[in-house]
Amino acid sequence: MPVLKKKPRVEGEIPTSSMADIAFLLLIFFLVTTTIDVDTGIGMVLPPKLEDDVIPPPIRERNVLKILVNEAGLVLVEDQPSAVQLIRQEVMTHVLNEGVDPRYAESAGKALISIKTSRETPYSAYVNVLDEVWMAYFEMWDSEARVLGYLDYKTYVGAITESGAENIIRDKIKAAISIAEPDGT
Amino acid sequence: MAGHFKKKTKTKEEIPTASLPDIIFMLLIFFMVTTVLRETTVQVRTLLPKAEALTKIDQKRLVTYVYIGPKKLEGNRIGETSVQIDDALVEDLGNVRTIMYSKLVEQPRLIVSLKVDETSEMGVVLDIHGELREAGTLRINYSSKREIPS
Repeated sequence: MPVLKKKPRVEGEIPTSSMADIAFLLLIFFLVTTTIDVDTGIGMVLPPKLEDDVIPPPIRERNVLKILVNEAGLVLVEDQPSAVQLIRQEVMTHVLNEGVDPRYAESAGKALISIKTSRETPYSAYVNVLDEVWMAYFEMWDSEARVLGYLDYKTYVGAITESGAENIIRDKIKAAISIAEPDGT
Repeated sequence: MAGHFKKKTKTKEEIPTASLPDIIFMLLIFFMVTTVLRETTVQVRTLLPKAEALTKIDQKRLVTYVYIGPKKLEGNRIGETSVQIDDALVEDLGNVRTIMYSKLVEQPRLIVSLKVDETSEMGVVLDIHGELREAGTLRINYSSKREIPS
């Protein structure tokens, strides 16, 4: 009669040497993914709430470039019909006028852009106009930075944040954009 | 003459672990590519407008999102324009100032990022502006996608 040999018991161990690697990879995974979705957009600073007894300082009419966007997304610049693509040039002429043309601003520091919409204006039309105005400022800052010997405004900002110097470009050409309330509200 | 039959070598029962790091690495890349991290369920549609003059907000913890757009309904339909902050829809816009004020107390350098659907009308956006001014949260951001200049 044959003797039934008992099978040796199989060791049920999971190899643990790679555990550290797995944990390390998970760590990298979370480090990488948590900063992946960076929000981009057009930054603005709203004016502070007006107190009832404070009268806002008077602004001379010529320093304000009025842009009106209507319900259909059509644009009026200083009451003249205009195309969205022309706003950039118009803003630059207005800001960099330095008192030459009486229709435009006295100086870059005093220039103000006013964007007015109606309540029915599509948001995309408003953003397009605002984008053009900002692009005008970006272009002006870029050319100012080139005068100072930098490649563009971005490199200038990088250089001054490193040295802690004042942003003289931003002091000279302030991005003064105001969002006006629609009429009749 | 009978052929010489070689006895087969016994196969090893162990799973080779040498490629394990590679497998994990592949998984890592797979998840890195496919995952979109989202903290809140957005109940309104926000198709963002496109713009060129973009700035990045790197400090994510300063940002609070306000979603404005048509409400998502069942079966791919969209409803009326609604406003959502965090996880809940805001029924009465007058509550926005209270919500924002309490957030501002927690984080004084708060940036409010407005994720507005491009088909929305300015009326609701202007109402939100008014509320934010009341709350004192003045730093805002019109969230937009990068426009590829033609």
